[in-house]
Amino acid sequence: MIAETRLQQTLSKGQFAVTCELTPPRGIDTGGLLAIADQLKGRVDAVNVNDNPNANVRLSSLVFSRLLLDRGLEPVFEQAMRDRNRLALQSDLLGAAALGIQNVLCLSGDHPAKGDHPQGHKVFDLDSSQWIEAVKRIRDEGVLLNGKKISGRPKFFIGGVANPFMKNQDLHLIRLQNKIAAGADFIQTQPVFDIEGFGHWMTKAEEAGVADRTPIIAGVAALKSLRMAEYLRERVTGFHIPEEILTRLKSKPEAEQSSEGLHICLEQIKALQQIKGVKGVHILSIGNEEKLPEIIERAGFLPRLV
Amino acid sequence: MIIAERKPVQELLAMVATFKNILMVGCKGCVTVCNAGGKKEVAILSAALRLARRNQGNPLTVDEMTLDRQCEPEFITWLEEPLNKNHYEAVISLACSVGPQYIAQTFTDLPVFPGLNTGFMGGTARHGIWEEYCAGCGHCGVHHFGGLCPVTRCAKNLSNGPCGGSEEGMCEVNKDQPCIWEKIYVRMQTLGTLDLLKTVRGAKDWSVSLSGGPRKIIREDLTV
Repeated sequence: MIAETRLQQTLSKGQFAVTCELTPPRGIDTGGLLAIADQLKGRVDAVNVNDNPNANVRLSSLVFSRLLLDRGLEPVFEQAMRDRNRLALQSDLLGAAALGIQNVLCLSGDHPAKGDHPQGHKVFDLDSSQWIEAVKRIRDEGVLLNGKKISGRPKFFIGGVANPFMKNQDLHLIRLQNKIAAGADFIQTQPVFDIEGFGHWMTKAEEAGVADRTPIIAGVAALKSLRMAEYLRERVTGFHIPEEILTRLKSKPEAEQSSEGLHICLEQIKALQQIKGVKGVHILSIGNEEKLPEIIERAGFLPRLV
Repeated sequence: MIIAERKPVQELLAMVATFKNILMVGCKGCVTVCNAGGKKEVAILSAALRLARRNQGNPLTVDEMTLDRQCEPEFITWLEEPLNKNHYEAVISLACSVGPQYIAQTFTDLPVFPGLNTGFMGGTARHGIWEEYCAGCGHCGVHHFGGLCPVTRCAKNLSNGPCGGSEEGMCEVNKDQPCIWEKIYVRMQTLGTLDLLKTVRGAKDWSVSLSGGPRKIIREDLTV
């Protein structure tokens, strides 16, 4: 059975979903981030907790998901295929269910070569489509990948990711279709900075029958500065930032770039709400967590009722 | 073939620093074809070691020999005579790492050092450039992907399409490496078999790969 999480309910009622992302700390000081989490309570449908993002070590996604749950926030527990084999993935998933965590996002993860332990052994035992299929089977049939029955029947709301800004969109749509065929209940995308490009992709996704079957939540992010925008564009996987965004940031003195970044983000949220098939936005943190409550408020997403 | 490359001379000099009289053994198999450990490379590398040690005022005798193959025990036994005759203190093997291991197993009290870093199974892209094509996963399925292997040639071993990390069709991990999924796509488009990509390929069985432990292939009909 699909878990009737707040995120699932919002989407199934056709309301515009709002999710955001928190990146657990490199260390055990969770205080600052949890204080931001407190400000997000009741303001978002769910909070993604990423799993060693960009292949950099962070406090466990599973543990931080539970910390959010304890504070009354609904987590989306992210699982990257990079670091865990099928034993660890299944074991963590059952653990998540036992802790009351029901939204799960399945993704490949950046390659270790891109992160802070490039000497580490990659895992990639399963790919994200295979894992989505496995989570669905655990949920719907109560069996592990090996066919063995598990005790109890965990409920999950299963997510996958998509990058709308790939050169070969047809090829990447096949992959997305596979994720959906495998059992993805919702899709979150990489951050959108190019509305026109995203619109083209959305049209293709609709034509492929993807958007009808599975709600697509478009990613957004508030750029802090020109320097950060340039860094993300050059160095971080999945950030497609068009020249005109850089020009806009460049036109402002450094002290005003952060508020310009926030402006751009709010404009993009507005534009995304007008695009057919977009069922929500997912606000990525990109080191700008403290801005999340303000973005949500100024985007007019409050009050949030489910 | 197995593609290997020579270890740096400094590393080899450090390995044999305490010896005065060694044998360098090449291999006429794969490593000759990929210009890493054939007769010619043995000649060049042994000369480099001799020269370096002479310049240090600590001369090293490096005799040369190249076996037909170092991955066959029969050829390894050919070393017995020269080893006994010349009392070498150690051997540097210029083969893939099967070579030094076979020598170590055969001559139990003889120190043996690898002269090459064994890379991968692959082919010659063009003269001087070799590329990896096979990870020896133990269950070939390239026909599902237009004849190309994502298990080896996708950095994330993906079976159900490309990751979101490539840029302009190049791999997330190496910007000089085209994403294999682009090639799979073009090939399957040409073959008219793109629909095959639209079914989810289940979890791979890694137990038949190195993950299941060192492997052995036994042909009963040949073992009599």
